[in-house]
Amino acid sequence: MQCERCKNNVATVHLTEIVKSQKTEKHLCEQCAKEEGYTIKTHVSLQDLLTAFISAHDDAEEMAGVKCPDCGMTYVDFRSEGRLGCPNDYEVFREALDPLLEKIHGKVEHSGKLPSRAGESQRKQRDLMALRRQLRDAVDKEDYEAAARLRDEIKTMENIDGSA
Amino acid sequence: MDLHELVNSPGQWLCGDGPESGIVISTRIRLARNIAGYPFLKRMTGDQRVDLQARVRKAVDESAALKSIACLNLETASHMDRQFLVERHLISRELAAGEGSRAVVFSRSEAESIMVNEEDHLRMQVLRSGLQLLPAWQQASLLDDQLEPRLDFAYSSRLGFLTACPTNVGTGLRASVMMHLPALVITRQIEKVFQAIGRMRLAVRGLYGEGTQASGDFYQISNQVTLGKTEDEILETLTLTIPRIIDYERKARETLARESEVFLEDRIWRALGILRHARQISSEETMALLSAVRMGVNVGRIRGLDVATVNHLFIGSQPGHLQIRHGRELSQADRDAARADFIRQTLQAAPLN
Repeated sequence: MQCERCKNNVATVHLTEIVKSQKTEKHLCEQCAKEEGYTIKTHVSLQDLLTAFISAHDDAEEMAGVKCPDCGMTYVDFRSEGRLGCPNDYEVFREALDPLLEKIHGKVEHSGKLPSRAGESQRKQRDLMALRRQLRDAVDKEDYEAAARLRDEIKTMENIDGSA
Repeated sequence: MDLHELVNSPGQWLCGDGPESGIVISTRIRLARNIAGYPFLKRMTGDQRVDLQARVRKAVDESAALKSIACLNLETASHMDRQFLVERHLISRELAAGEGSRAVVFSRSEAESIMVNEEDHLRMQVLRSGLQLLPAWQQASLLDDQLEPRLDFAYSSRLGFLTACPTNVGTGLRASVMMHLPALVITRQIEKVFQAIGRMRLAVRGLYGEGTQASGDFYQISNQVTLGKTEDEILETLTLTIPRIIDYERKARETLARESEVFLEDRIWRALGILRHARQISSEETMALLSAVRMGVNVGRIRGLDVATVNHLFIGSQPGHLQIRHGRELSQADRDAARADFIRQTLQAAPLN
């Protein structure tokens, strides 16, 4: 589609205006849109992001036929709906989902809050992981005082673990 | 419940008494949780949804997690009531527009609400006035602690709390700060700010969340990452970034006052003039004008009007609120007239000049 203002560039900005319940549409190129004073949204929604990630990850072809025995969802269903069918899907589609999760979040390892039933040992594991991450950050920042303190904390916690 | 009881005052979170209220409207913490043993929403049967809703209701009642609660069945609620709840940020647009058994439970102060059968089984929300990330998080976490032993949330040690959409998995935490940034819009610096925000892996959205237009110069800034970080680390990204945006907005206001005083004053007073005298006014025009008035109050140009009243005008002039107040659905023309009346009367009560 051609820009209706300069009749030269390709129209990439499509606007719908409703004035007194009269709908008008405008198709402009980016330059003309700017000149007419329309600000163009450069941020994308999380949903756009997810859709882009899912479609960019086409190498998961072998996943296409995989079906969750619990909820009956296939990976193809997920790709078109953008939502999973049940908690078990995270394991069933793991091979395809993990790279997706890494793109979205940068990491594929929970380090936040645990439910109370997760148990003491798991909680300790989580705390240790957090301390080790802080230690790495402290070393990166050359904050050796903090690093020494964290190292001792980790040692103490590991010892408690060992004796238990 | 009768929503008329709520219509004449905004929720506690809009009272404008929180920290940084001049620029930050509110802070919202949302936790997504699902109950183990059920499929996610799209794969649930009608019976499962009814059953789950009853379980959540029971858990909320037993835990005393929410004080003096109201519960609303959204399957039977009218379109008008649902719109009203969206405008008050008690439910999402998705829950309002959804189908089948779904509900919202909220405290009378409207500071806490739990959506049931939204995209996830539970969406717990805490709203606070101004910039209050930590207090809001602590309250949400407490709510989570009180419900979790009674509901057995779907959880994996590897991926944390499991959610219907992979963008929420892990902590299930979305922390959003709603900001009013008129001066950055006027001085055309807002896109620059958005780009910086994007680099911090934060997202910018409009007034009513996902996919909504920014109107009245309101923007919601929220975290994008929910997995691989602790809740504190997620909040920290925001606690570091938001004060800088506040600072940019403040500087932009100062620049406007210094270099374009007549322009700024004209904009503010013209806006107030129209709002005080108009006999019919659209929602879009109202948002734009109230934005200018809100800035006018905050930079000390308009006296005799407080932020709470301006916030009340913002929410009270929305279509759902106008219709609840009139007790019936209104045509667009009637709404525009009702809106102008509401604004005129509210401003007449303020000791302006």
